Formats: sequence, structure tokens, C-alpha cells
Amino acid sequence: MTEEEKKEDDVRVGVFICHCGSNIGGLIDCKGLADYAGTLPGVTHSEDNLYTCSETGLTAIKTAIKENNLNRVVVASCTPRTHEPLFRECVSEAGLNPYLFNFVNIRDQCTWVHMKDAEGAYAKAADLVKMGVAKAEKLEPLDMIKLDINQVGLVIGGGVTGISAALNLSRQGFKTYLIEKEAQLGGRLNNLYKLFPHDIDASEIVNRLISNANNPKNLEVLTSTQIVNIHGFVGNYEVEITQNGNNKTLKVGTIIVAVGSSLLDPKGLFGYNGQNIITQYELEPKLKNNQIKAKDIVMIQCAGSRNDKRPYCSSVCCMTALKNALIIKEKNPDTHISILFRDLYTPGTEYEEYYRKAREKGIIFINYDVDRNPNVEENQVRVYNEYIGEDMLIPYDLLVLSTPLVANTDNKVLAQMLKVPTESNNFFLEAHVKLRPSDFATAGVFIGGSAKWPVDITESIAQGYSAASRASTILSHKTIEVDGATSNLPVYNKNLCSGCEICMKVCPFHAIVKNEDDEIEIIEALCKGCGVCGATCTNQAIVIKHFTDDQIMSEILAYGGK
Amino acid sequence: MSFEPKLLGFLCNWCSYAGADLAGVSRIQYPPNMRVIRVMCSGRIDPKFIVQALELGIDGVYVMGCHIGDCHYLEGNYEAVKKYEMTREFLKLVGLDNRIRLDWVSASEGVRFGEVVSKFVNDIKELGPSPLSGDSPDKDLINKVRAIRLAAGSNRMRALVGRERKITEEDNVYGEKYPLEKYKEIMSQAIIEEYERHRILIALEDESKSVKSLASELSVDPSIILEHILTLKGRAQVDFQEIIKNTPIYMRRE
Repeated sequence: MTEEEKKEDDVRVGVFICHCGSNIGGLIDCKGLADYAGTLPGVTHSEDNLYTCSETGLTAIKTAIKENNLNRVVVASCTPRTHEPLFRECVSEAGLNPYLFNFVNIRDQCTWVHMKDAEGAYAKAADLVKMGVAKAEKLEPLDMIKLDINQVGLVIGGGVTGISAALNLSRQGFKTYLIEKEAQLGGRLNNLYKLFPHDIDASEIVNRLISNANNPKNLEVLTSTQIVNIHGFVGNYEVEITQNGNNKTLKVGTIIVAVGSSLLDPKGLFGYNGQNIITQYELEPKLKNNQIKAKDIVMIQCAGSRNDKRPYCSSVCCMTALKNALIIKEKNPDTHISILFRDLYTPGTEYEEYYRKAREKGIIFINYDVDRNPNVEENQVRVYNEYIGEDMLIPYDLLVLSTPLVANTDNKVLAQMLKVPTESNNFFLEAHVKLRPSDFATAGVFIGGSAKWPVDITESIAQGYSAASRASTILSHKTIEVDGATSNLPVYNKNLCSGCEICMKVCPFHAIVKNEDDEIEIIEALCKGCGVCGATCTNQAIVIKHFTDDQIMSEILAYGGK
Repeated sequence: MSFEPKLLGFLCNWCSYAGADLAGVSRIQYPPNMRVIRVMCSGRIDPKFIVQALELGIDGVYVMGCHIGDCHYLEGNYEAVKKYEMTREFLKLVGLDNRIRLDWVSASEGVRFGEVVSKFVNDIKELGPSPLSGDSPDKDLINKVRAIRLAAGSNRMRALVGRERKITEEDNVYGEKYPLEKYKEIMSQAIIEEYERHRILIALEDESKSVKSLASELSVDPSIILEHILTLKGRAQVDFQEIIKNTPIYMRRE
């Protein structure tokens, strides 16, 4: 081996310590830390920057890579959760494989949380840098996985969210399927009278949506259709459906879950009888048909929600009650309406106005406590009023329960087919409540509307568009690159594999299969890189790329080594 | 100077690491004793990582993941529990089980992250330094912990822990569900057996020994040692070497 080639194999780590203005540099000696990093094995360059993520900082990294022939880069600064993509791109621009970059968190998990212990913070930062360098030394270049994209979208659920999403996708020019299990599109919107805000006719909205959906260029609407099974991965999903007994497979690139929610069965709640004790949903058609003759109306909010069984707020019921109460009051100003509530939720610029108007029109609001639920008696409701300190008796000839929207009972089945999670109330759970509100963790699957939690029509439409826009970021490409940090059974470990299949059973994404030769095969496109199979593999044959045993052990040894 | 524990935390990327970041963003203050290794999922945390850290004299190891039901990878944390429980069972054998802890911290629980870390620091402070820390830790204990690391990584233990959920929570091929308590019994027995077997392997590293001398060295009944030797012979890890004064001597096979 010539000196030149040997040099090529050597690990040459560059360490960049970020001051983050005074966020890090204000507490610990970044210059000293950079000097310390310079003494670590494998480190051939170290420096401190005022802001490593700034243009100046990034240029410093690129320059150092070129000048010092660096083949590993460690940045000690904020958190990989926000800045890893930036630095990966930076080293990549300088010709280094992006996986040869390692992040050390010395701000969010160090200087920000040990502000009164500069010495302790420095010692921790120094250890973390040492561990980061140790891992960096073991890093291996990885290739992104390139996948072909079938540029066709699928939307599950033909309610207001689903139609909005499907129209948006198809109008962008993507062939789109819209699947609805009922015979008719529109979902619950078909049953509603008027919509808040502005008391728009629900029929106007639903008719417009349906007529648009039925006259599209790229949209294929499939009603009375159920999903049988879903296979594949981002860009390449195969969805088996059944429509009136006919089975068919749709090949699509992305899937939007817009299955909405269900109504709570009100039986047993506050004496519900479907006659003069009904739900808001049952009130809507009566309003539409002008059937309300009652003189004394009581509405009970949070009927069946915000309790131990259903701890969440259904979010649409306050506004529904206010809207319906006002509609009645405007038609028959003599009607007495009382709304029994726990808290009223009227956010934004429009909704509070409903409450104000309701007060002006003489609608009575009575607060009740969760521990003293209103008691429904014959022709009257007994409710404890905190302010006067005793029970009030309110007569009614119509009692309306504001019951919550609940998750569909078949959400779990769909969730399992899609390999996406649901939360404790059985609603679908997005990838991140703030950072990725329309995505699932599973690539190529998106979410919008009341499938996630109850939302009103305005929000449903917005979320439908949002999900469509997220889906189009994939559909607009012929190919896509996905993370290369997956599970892997390297050729050199094949002899270790005993074929016990435990990895296949623990893989939540069914990314591990036995091929025709009866050998374990990992479908990298399906793998999400969790690493469970690697920690489970009985013969330790599986390697988790970018989080290998060797890399993690090197971090442990760097910290614990004496 | 008071004892400042040296702690290591394994945090999953999506919940607990994010929770730790949120603690920072919210400027929650907690003691700086714990260093963090980020993994994508708590289910990635191999028992050998935890034991290796203790073997090096680290005073405590924290394993953190998403709350049950919230796993970014659906079920990784269920696997993490099984692996952690097995590790803890093993560590009970040497009294180090109270130096490891498992917790769920969500991405929104920044305050809680600070609280649980502070509590861990305090609890380990009360417990005192690890017997394996310091410049000259007890050689025998190091070998015991090493035996645990190797035993936890053995094919048998990994197969048992890897199959546990499938066997106890779903039907097996015969349509039966195996009771969890019974499975735990099998696990406990396997843990003791594999621990002793790996202690034998370590004891044979430097020199070949007889059953009798292994029995007195490891304080295990000779008949049990003999059984282990036979098993290890079957696994091609130990071999008969020679007979000295009517006593068979066994050696380690590479």
C-alpha cells in the first residue's frame, strides 16, 4: 500500500464547536472545547464558530474538508432533530457522503439545561464530543435508496376532507382515486342544515363538492367501496378494494386517510330517547324541515365527552349548539333556550361573535361542574348552579345533547393495513403534532380531517388541502430518495443467519421476508430503520446501518473507558 | 467532595430525545450527570449495551422510549420492555439491577424529562458509586458482569426474549397461547443457566480446569457444573483436554 492510499483509508475527523451566539458560548469555553476535541484520536482538525449553521460556519466546514482532506465531520451545537439535514447537505456539497456527518447536542441537552453549572456543563459537553467523535470514526458512507414513484393518488373517505383532498390532487394533474364506503359522497355533511360560521347551507357546500368531484378530469370516484388490504411502500402501494362484490387492485403512490369520525351512540346518556331527548345531529334535519315547535329547549354540552372514558374535547359541539340555538331563536324569538355547559370553546375571530349574539338574543348559559352532572327528570332538568349554590330546575319540552364525535370502530383495521398508529381514543396519530401534522411516520401516507381528531368543516377542508399538498410533494417526482439508514443483512453475515424468522416477527413493517431461496431478505424500501430486528437477531447477523452495534459500543466505550 | 454519579441514557429519537430537547427549549434545569446516546427506537437498545456500560463502571443506565401505544415504529417499545426486563433479571444476580431504569417520556414532556433525570441522579447518589467504578474494581465482579453481557447476547437468550411477545400474546402454531407466568419461569431458569455457563467459559479462558475446581471457584454444585460442561461441549464451546490424576480437565474451545 502506498503512502497515498494509506492516507485515504485513515479516519480524519473535523470537529466544529458552535457558540450559538451566547447560547453555548455564554456558558462554556467553546474555544477550550475545540482544543480538547483536537486532542481526541482521529481528529485532525477542530475549530469553534460563532454560528456553525450560518453561511460563514458552513463555509468553514467546506473549506476545512477540502484543506484538511477530512472524511468525517462532527458538529457540536443544537440538536440533530432540527439541524442534521442542513449539515448533511453541507458536507455533501463538499463531496463527503452525508452519512459521514455526526451531530453532538451541546445546546438543547446541555447548556440550556445546566445554566447554573458551567463546570458540569463543560464536562458533559466534553464527554458528548468525545462520544460523538468515537461514533464518527466508525461511520460508514451510505447510499440513499432510490424508488420509482407511481404518480397516482388515493384518498380514503369521501367526506368533506376527502373530497377536498381528492379535488386538490386531481386538479394538480395527478390521477386520483377517491374511495367512499357509502353509496353517496359527502359523509355527514349530507345530514346537516346550516354550517357555522355565517350559517351557510350545508347542502350548498356538499352539492358543490360532489358536483365538482363528479366532473373531473383526473378523478375517479369509487363509492360503495371497501378496502380489503394494502401492500407496498411509498410510491408503490397496491390497494385491494371491493366494490359491490367485485375485487380490484389500485396501484398508487400515496394514500390520504380522510375517513373522518363517527357519532357517539347516545343511548343511556341523560335519558336519551330519540323523541324529545335527542342529539344535535338529530336536531339538524328537524331544523331543515322546520319541525321545531318546542317552547322550552335545553342543550347539554360535553354530553359523553371530557370524562374518564372520553377525555378529549370534541371541538365542534360548542359551536354547533350556539349555531342551532341561534337558528331556533331567530325563527321563534319566544322560545326559551338554556345551554348547560362546562367550558365554552369559541376560538378565532368569527366564533366568539356567535356567543355574543346568543347572549344578546336572550339564550341562557348555565355552567355545570363535571362532578355534578345535570339530572334529567320528567319535563325538567335539575342542575346545580355554583353561583347561587343550589339546584336550578329548568323546564324542557326538547332536550338536545351535544354528543362528541368518536373514532371509527374500524380505524384499527385500516391502521394495521397502513402500518400507522392510532392514539388512545382510537383516532389516527400523525407523525408529529407540530412539525408534521399532515403526515404519518410511514412515508407516502397522509392524514386530514376528523380521522385525526374532531374538526369542523372549515378545518376539514384546510386539512384536506394540506394532506393533498403533502402528497403532491411525492407524486410530483418520478423517483424519490429515502433514508439509507436501514436494517441490513450483509453478505459477510449471511452464514450467521440461522433463518429463525424472529426478525420477521418483530418487524412492525413486514420489511423482512424469506425469499425463494428460503433466505432472509430485508426489503430496504419498507424498512424505517427502527433497529428492533438488529437488537433481536438471535445470531447478531443483522446490521442496523448508521446505528451499528460497533458504533453504539464505541460511544459507550468512549464515555465509560478508563 | 460529594459523589457525582456517572450516568448514561439511551433515548429514542422520536419521543424521549425530543422530550429532552424540549426540556432545553423550556430551559428546565436538571443535574448534568447523564450523557445521552441517541437511537432511533428504544427497541434498538440491545441488552449488551446496557451491561457493557455497567461493566465499564458507569453508575446507572437509563433507557427511555415513547409511551406504550405511542411508538413511532408502532411496537418497538414493547420489544424494549422485554429486553429491559431480561437485562434486569440478569443484573439481579449481581445486585446491579437497581442501577438501571426504564421510563417513557413523550416529545411533549420536557418538564417530566427534567424530573425523571433529576430523580435518577438522586437515587443513584443515595445508592453510592457502582462497585465497578474507581481505579481497581473487584475482578470477580467484573467477570460476573461480563458473563451477564455474554449470556444476554447468547443465541438462547436472544431467541427467548425475541419470541416472548409472539408466544405469550398471540397464538402459536397449535392455536395455543402460552401463559406469561410460565414463560417467565422458563426465562428465569434460562437466565441462571446461561449466566453460569458463561461464567464457566470465562473461568476457562486462562487455564483449563476440572469440574471440581470450577465448582469451588464459582460456588456452584459440581453436578450442575458437569451438566453445563456437557451442554457447552454440545455447543462446541468447551472440550475435554486430558485426565490428570483420574480427573478430567476441560478446556475452552475457540
